[in-house]
Formats: sequence, C-alpha cells, structure tokens
Amino acid sequence: MADSTTAERPSAGAAARPTGEPLIVLEHVDKHFGALHVLKDVSLTVHRGEVVVVIGPSGSGKSTLCRTINRLETIDSGTITLDGKPLPAEGRDLARLRADVGMVFQSFNLFAHKTVLENVTLGQVKAKKVRPAEARATAMEILDRVGVADQAAKLPAQLSGGQQQRVAIARALAMKPQALLFDEPTSALDPEMINEVLDVMVGLARDGMTMVVVTHEMGFARRAAHRVVFMDAGQIVEDADPETFFTAPRSERARDFLSKILTH
Amino acid sequence: MDLMVIADNMPAYLAGFRMTAQLTIVAGLGALVIGLTVAAMRVSPLGSLRVFAATYTELLRNMPLTLIFFFAVLVLPQFGVVLPLGYWTAVGCLTAYTSVFVAEAVRSGINAVGVGQAEAARAIGLTFGQSLTSVILPQAVRSVIPPLINVIIALAKNTSVAAGFAVVELTATGRRLAQQNPADVVLVLAGVALFYLVVTIPAGQLANLLERKVAFAR
Repeated sequence: MADSTTAERPSAGAAARPTGEPLIVLEHVDKHFGALHVLKDVSLTVHRGEVVVVIGPSGSGKSTLCRTINRLETIDSGTITLDGKPLPAEGRDLARLRADVGMVFQSFNLFAHKTVLENVTLGQVKAKKVRPAEARATAMEILDRVGVADQAAKLPAQLSGGQQQRVAIARALAMKPQALLFDEPTSALDPEMINEVLDVMVGLARDGMTMVVVTHEMGFARRAAHRVVFMDAGQIVEDADPETFFTAPRSERARDFLSKILTH
Repeated sequence: MDLMVIADNMPAYLAGFRMTAQLTIVAGLGALVIGLTVAAMRVSPLGSLRVFAATYTELLRNMPLTLIFFFAVLVLPQFGVVLPLGYWTAVGCLTAYTSVFVAEAVRSGINAVGVGQAEAARAIGLTFGQSLTSVILPQAVRSVIPPLINVIIALAKNTSVAAGFAVVELTATGRRLAQQNPADVVLVLAGVALFYLVVTIPAGQLANLLERKVAFAR
C-alpha cells in the first residue's frame, strides 16, 4: 500500500494507524439550506482503511457532511472526490457511486415491504446485476456475520431496533462498498441494543473497512476511531486522534462540548 | 305498474350493462397505467416532467367530464383529430379524466412512504426508476388501494356521461326503456340502479379484501 501518505501523518491514538491512500477527499465544500450556511469551507480527507468519527453538537452540520459524501445532499461549491474521481452529478454514474459507498441511517430505513433477506439481496440484484442465487448466498453470509441470519425470513417490523440496524449494515455491506457512512447509527436505539450494533461496527473497523461515523458514542470513538473530527457551526474545528482529542482538545468549543457530554 | 318490465327487457339491460362494464374495465386499466406514469413523472427528478404532469393533472381534474367529452367531439376535429364517435371517444375521455384521480391517489401514497425509504434505495445504488418500481410504488400502492377503488367506483358511475355521446350503456338503455314504458319509469330506472350496484358493491368488497391481504407493518 501507499506508505508515503501514512508516514506523513503523526502516529498516535488507541487504534492502529490505517495504511492507505486518500479515498474520500472533500475540498472547500460549502452548503446552504436556504439562508442557513450548514457547511462552511469544509475540507476533509479520509484514507483507505481509516475510521473517522465525526462528533459535534446538533445542528453543527455533521450529518449533512456525511450525506454529501454519497450525494444524498448536493453541495453548493467545492469538490468531493472518491478514489480520485469527482462525484457524478446524477444518473447511472451516481447510482454506481452510491453502490460503492454504503450508508447506514439513524432510522434504519429498511424496506418495510421486503423480508430481511430481500433487503440484503435487492441492491445486489438490481444495481450490481448479481444472480439471485448468488445474491442470497452472499446475503446469508453477511447476515450471519452481523448475527441476524436466523431472522432472514422476517419483515423488518418484526425485529428489534438493534437487529434492524444490523440488517441495515448487512444491506450496505452486501454491495461490497469501498467505504461505509454511518449517520448516527445508534441514536434511535434503546440503550441495551446500542452495544450489539457498536460491536458489529468495531468488527468492521478491525477488518479494515473505511468508515465515516457520525455518532455521540464516545466509547466507540475511543475504541475504534483513527481520527476524531469535531464540528461546530458548519466548520471542522478540530481533527485529531482520539487520545489527543479526548484528553487534550485544543479548541475552547471542543473542551466545552466534551465537558457537557462527559460529565455523566 | 308491471313488475315484469325488468325481466321482459333483460336482453337490453344486459347489453347496456355489458357496455358499462366494458367501459369501466377498459378505461379503468388505461387510467391505472397513465395515472401511475403521471404520478411517477410528478415525483421525477426532471423538472420538465414534473411540470408536464402537474399541468396535465390540474387541467383534467378541474374540468367537468361532460366538457371533456364535448372537447373530444367538437374541438379535437378542428385540429385534425377525429375520434370515431361512440365507444372509443368514451374510452379516451374516461381514461384521461380518471387517470388524474389515479395519479393523485398514487402520489398521496408515494408521499406517505417515508423519505428514508427512497434515500435507502438510492444509497444502495438503485436508479430513480428502480427505486420507484422496487421500493416506493409497491409500498405506495398498498396504501392507496382503498382510494383507488373509490376512483374506479366513480368511473363506473361516470360512464353514464357517455350516454349523451352515442354510447348505449346502462343509462342510455334506461332512458330508452323509460320512453318505451312510460307507465313503469320507476321500475325501469330502479332496474338500472340495480345493475350499477352489481358493479360498485363488489368493487367495495374487493377493496376491503385487498386492504386486509396486502397489509404489512411499517
């Protein structure tokens, strides 16, 4: 792999340093929702195999940032490239890109009228033209990996939240994506179900999956992240390894945020 | 009053009923196809398609059906479009008129499907068309079956407008029989009403049945 890029970055933090070339690169990205300036000149590079956790107060633009990477949100200016190529604007090229960047949502968004198995095979068959039998085999393998293979024939509504989110992760993984985006994946879960989802995510991180994770789970950030990006008011205020960020945040805003969430 | 007036004219009733049923089925199928297409255009990412679909819908939804018939019969020929008077004119007008109500019902169903479903479909790489046909419409259609059946029931009754345009369906049959049997007008028309019920009541039952059958938890 490209060692030169890794050598340039300081090596520290709880997790092993990733090895890889830049995979997702955002440069000077701006985005408005009407009068609201949600992303202000945001630049961020995520390397292959790297796990980047994005944290920040609500309304800081972290979810929007996550959603611009597979173009669920368009941007007003700046560039986003994936593996060196700019994001396609629309059409089939964009669909192909999205198949390459998996997304896991806060509210699971499993297809309500399809079984768990069908949820995981649909994208393979429709977007990647995989044969149905092969898609089912892949799906069962991945469902087994996230621990819900025994639920394959059920409809999403029959599953617990934690199980649904694990199916959603399986659905994204089935596309064999280059990177996975997580938009507050545990925020809609009951507390006792959070860990089963985080465990799956930690497993993925250990296996070298490139991940951008918007979350409030500081434990996950400490356990699995290579970098923590702190956002406030549409800007990236701090970008550091977890150890540095949690023990010695440089900015006043990050210190303030951490003091509020780490007191209980 | 002669109760036998209905039985005596059964062949005429049946012929009228057959025409009404045929108009309902053919125009109903046409309206479903066009209505689904218009609804899909209404939510398409292409602005021009959305504008076209919205214009089509507003134009036809706000015009009385009889006026649409008059346009087809009196105005279209001036533009060189001469529909054969009678059956096909009726099918065309009923299809166009009903299609916008189908489109609006389906659109409300599409809106009822959470935006997250569409985002999830896009996020796994489905194109707009694939998201629509595999994820959105199957869920949308389930929730709009009751209103769609209402649209079809309205269509069954609207076919009576064709009676004024050289189509001998149930209402035209009733009018003719009433003229021939002036003493039994009440019975003759009651007979017509009964035949309409034969179409519309089972449709309502079907709606209930389908609604239970396709129900699924969200």
